[in-house]
Amino acid sequence: MVKIANSESTFVVLLCLGYYLVMTIIAPGFFTVNNSINLLFNLLPLLIISIGQTYVLLTAGIDLSVTAIVAVASVVGGFMMSSDTVWFHNEFTTLFLGILGMLVVGVLIGAINGWAVAKFAMPAFMVTLTTMMLFSGFAIWLTQSQNLYNLPESFVEMHYTYFLGIPVPLYIALFVVLLAYFLLNRTIFGEWIYAVGANKKTARISGVSVSKTLIGVYVFSGFCAAVGAILYTARLETGSPVMGQNILLDVIGAVVIGGTSLFGGKGTIQGTFFGALFMTLLDNSLNLLNLSFFIIMMVKGMVILGAAILNTVVERSLKTG
Amino acid sequence: MLLRMRNIHKVFGKVSVLNGVDLQLERGQLLGLVGENGAGKSTLMNILGGLFVPTEGTMTLDENLFAPTSPNEALQAGIAFVHQELNLFPNLSVMENLFISGFPKKRFLGLSLIDQKSAREKAKELLSIVGLNVSEKVKVGQLTAAQQQLLEITKILSRSPRIIIFDEPTTSLTRHEAEKLFQLIERLQSEGIGIIYISHNLEDVMSLADEIMVLRDGNCVRQENQNAFTLPKLIKDMVGRDLETYFPQRDVTPLREKCLEVSQVGAEVVHDVSFSIRKKEVLGLYGLVGAGRSEMARLLYGLDVMQKGTIHWNGQKIQQPSPEKWVQEGVAFLTENRREEGLMIQQSIARNIQLAGLPNYTTPLQTVRFRDLDSDVEQQARANKIKYNNLKDQSVATLSGGNQQKTVLAKWLMIAPKLLILDEPTKGIDIGARHDIYSLVNDLVKKGSSILLISSEIEELIGLCDRILVMGEGRIRDEFHKAAFDRSAILEAALHGKENQTLAT
Repeated sequence: MVKIANSESTFVVLLCLGYYLVMTIIAPGFFTVNNSINLLFNLLPLLIISIGQTYVLLTAGIDLSVTAIVAVASVVGGFMMSSDTVWFHNEFTTLFLGILGMLVVGVLIGAINGWAVAKFAMPAFMVTLTTMMLFSGFAIWLTQSQNLYNLPESFVEMHYTYFLGIPVPLYIALFVVLLAYFLLNRTIFGEWIYAVGANKKTARISGVSVSKTLIGVYVFSGFCAAVGAILYTARLETGSPVMGQNILLDVIGAVVIGGTSLFGGKGTIQGTFFGALFMTLLDNSLNLLNLSFFIIMMVKGMVILGAAILNTVVERSLKTG
Repeated sequence: MLLRMRNIHKVFGKVSVLNGVDLQLERGQLLGLVGENGAGKSTLMNILGGLFVPTEGTMTLDENLFAPTSPNEALQAGIAFVHQELNLFPNLSVMENLFISGFPKKRFLGLSLIDQKSAREKAKELLSIVGLNVSEKVKVGQLTAAQQQLLEITKILSRSPRIIIFDEPTTSLTRHEAEKLFQLIERLQSEGIGIIYISHNLEDVMSLADEIMVLRDGNCVRQENQNAFTLPKLIKDMVGRDLETYFPQRDVTPLREKCLEVSQVGAEVVHDVSFSIRKKEVLGLYGLVGAGRSEMARLLYGLDVMQKGTIHWNGQKIQQPSPEKWVQEGVAFLTENRREEGLMIQQSIARNIQLAGLPNYTTPLQTVRFRDLDSDVEQQARANKIKYNNLKDQSVATLSGGNQQKTVLAKWLMIAPKLLILDEPTKGIDIGARHDIYSLVNDLVKKGSSILLISSEIEELIGLCDRILVMGEGRIRDEFHKAAFDRSAILEAALHGKENQTLAT
């Protein structure tokens, strides 16, 4: 069984490759420059949010509130940056404070999640489900269900701004991926994340600061969701209170397909990268095949269920084996 | 002859737990079964109860061959078990608990329904037989421990058993309640039911039993008429063996200086415990199961909430102890249940060993100095004689119990602890690994550390400790110094020692 566990990343890599090849053949307009850029820009925010989710899942938790964080961050950014509200007059200040505001929103909501999970030992599922409802509602109430337009030029042009031949969002994603990889694999925080996920009791007795670690992962997840919100908001040129409504399943699916254990203690950033890539390919290709939204939902649901079953089966055989 | 067990052997993996035990029980007889923890009492009874199939040996029940393959089969044959932990549903009523495996039924409109009325009547009747004066509607959670136990017995009686096994039935009862239980047991005997009574309370066993059987290391030391035993003789039969050779010598005398001072610590099951540990001292803590030893250690370490008392570490008061603080101070705690609290069972051996020491291997940027860490982890694994193939890829789940325990110990040795608390460190571990663990402990003391050793094995304590405290009912009952170690006296103190609150060290 150890073999399968170790080859899980290989499995998802092959899955992506195979799927890509098949779609190149059968999906019209799949293997084109336009669609490839489209794929990339769809992938980046999902990847970033999934990486934050990976941290949470590694501690045997779950963060369902990422969609709400995206929505709140998006509208807060919209308010702060839209020329309709005119909070700041200088474009640079607007951009800087707007983005900072969005990140602060993510970090704050993450801190609330982490605090509740760590201090009251509440199930993460319950905590983040309630914060999801709370902040989704908050985003809609705040804007009275209106979208915010007229964001600064430099912000919405982000996806078409190239630096050394590479679009800006790619730098942002690269930064998050490298930061996440570094924290997880090179620092004591990363080691503690695995320890807390593997066995909370053992970690605590061994002197691990379990609450700091838990708060840390939810804050990081909130931060990543906010970065994702920045990319989504810029691309849609809108601050929207329903932004990210439909991404929850994609996020959790990406992490689980990427081989991260729902029971904690096992998973990698690399795995999540390919998991997110697969979810993006799936979504993009099914769209190109002209399937309806509902059929796409059904297919995605089945794929994620399959991954979760595989995950559980492997886990169980590890336990008994 | 009601029950005869012949030449029962039981082997788990490579560990032999029972080596040819014979047991006889007559109708209406009470057999007292005594032995130290790990002597094989539970295994023997679990074989009778159908939970385990013996590796070798036969049983006859009323002269018929009896070979249960499941607890249910044994129950059908009339073997009933009253466990230390009762098998009741606290959220259900007395009546519901009584009939949980089969309510009286009636038919109504072709449907099979519960016949509430006859269930109620039958419940009342059953309760009156054992003299349990509670309403059948009361939730079991509201009953006292003694009432719950009577209910458990009621449940068993409704199945007309031939043999009832009692496992430590009096631990949660007051003396008065225990006497009432004994009367009931006598009545059951007079009805021809055979009783097997397991207890650490040897006085009870002496007064109740017709025959007594002593188990030690999976062997029946003897089964004889109760008259043939005296209390000291019984104790000697239980513990008398020569294990001195297993304990490596240590020529270290404790320093006068104290490292840990505990005064008047208390919580729910620990009452006003005071003691201190000197530098380079190995302090033993003995007591029967449920004496409050582990609970006391958990309080000290901040795993449970201390309600009163103070702790001083090297002269400084520790406010709100927590594992985090203790690890920083160099105090380690190897808990009793290594799977649940000692290890990350699916993670690699290396990850397990490095866990506690990680903060000592970080740079100011909080990155881990993996090169130093890895080489130290490997060195520690070798020093602990852990048998492994690959430190970084092999999960600890693949290791034997002894090697798992050495892994937990390696984790703690990585912080070079000044005080190491060991709770049953050799439970379920083979002799070779035990010896290795004892040697590691001795080496640590030679280097200047202190040890608090909690154990249910008197030999282990006598072999390793400079001083032994005996706990009972959450209090420290007695203290023995190395020169005056005496197995029988220590066991006796644990069983019914005089309370001794003012211990000078």
